Amino acid sequence: MEARWARLDLHLHTVLSACAEAEMTPPRIVERALELGLAGIAITDHNSAENVAAVQEAAAGTGLVVVAGLEIQTAEEVDLLALFDELSQALTVQDRVYAGLGRARNRPEFFGEQIVVDRHGYPIRENTLLLQGRTDLSIEEAARLVHDHGGLAVAAHIDRPSRSLLGTLGFLPVGLDLDGIEVSRHANLEQLQGAHPGLAKLGAASFGDAHRLSEMGGRTEFLLRGVRLQDIGRCFRGECSGALRITDRTGQGA
Amino acid sequence: MTVREVAEGLGLRVFAAEAASLDRPVLGGYCGDLLSCAMAGARSGQVWVTLQAHRNVVAVATLTDVACVIITEGAQPDPETVQTAERENVALLGSDRGSFAVVAGLIRLGVPA
Repeated sequence: MEARWARLDLHLHTVLSACAEAEMTPPRIVERALELGLAGIAITDHNSAENVAAVQEAAAGTGLVVVAGLEIQTAEEVDLLALFDELSQALTVQDRVYAGLGRARNRPEFFGEQIVVDRHGYPIRENTLLLQGRTDLSIEEAARLVHDHGGLAVAAHIDRPSRSLLGTLGFLPVGLDLDGIEVSRHANLEQLQGAHPGLAKLGAASFGDAHRLSEMGGRTEFLLRGVRLQDIGRCFRGECSGALRITDRTGQGA
Repeated sequence: MTVREVAEGLGLRVFAAEAASLDRPVLGGYCGDLLSCAMAGARSGQVWVTLQAHRNVVAVATLTDVACVIITEGAQPDPETVQTAERENVALLGSDRGSFAVVAGLIRLGVPA
């Protein structure tokens, strides 16, 4: 099979993320991803992978690949996308992340609800942890944990002023083992790479970070033979003719 | 006021400190947990009060040339972080109290605000 450019949106939230809209249910996310012509998506709720299975079930038979993931908030308050081949790997990492979240509980009236749903989007239960909080792992420890469980570690929206590698930490730590970086919609990648030379070595993507359906899509294409995590990793790392590119075309028809 | 006097005056734990770094004068203070803010705001010779205990705290302490770091709320740096601090001659101190109380203590000791 010949490698083809495929658009993937590997950062999106479901109703399990307190800040996401109620419309972010498995069937509607899958429907929108197919409308946008995405080859694959990743479900990356804050510090949790509890809605991944429901979206994978909702996508069954459609051809859409649903990567298991979560968006870990590290001790430094830096968001790190963790992407896995197998749901079980994501859930193991999630359990370690949960252990470091501390005793704080979500206050739905304040932050929003965190709902675990089934494949139809029907609520199963509420997650009561403060998933918006930080876990106790440093970014180096979190990246190591992700790699130890076979995953990819991608620093999320590094140019955002809060909860990001450059906004919160302010620099790219020497020896931090990342597979890639994500920049936000309006980032000037060349300017960022000029200010932080270490970034130029990392594959850069721009995903939707969608909290509502209209934000889905991103603008990153991967040169792939099939949508498999190890090939996505090669694209980020530029190995074995793997490649990725940020296009002008957004996934939002905008 | 030296780092040693601060450590003794507030009953701080010493995670890492060379003799020479304990004799450094403390010229003022900076308090905050966002490393990007500390990089921009902390000045050479100040004491930096933070609840962060990870390795990049040492990197920022080196960069800003603060006199010492006080890690608050009983947070523990891991052995790797302590080794890095020793290698970089960063005085790493700790308190079980919160940052607010530690800063109040520093003011009482006469560290200029």
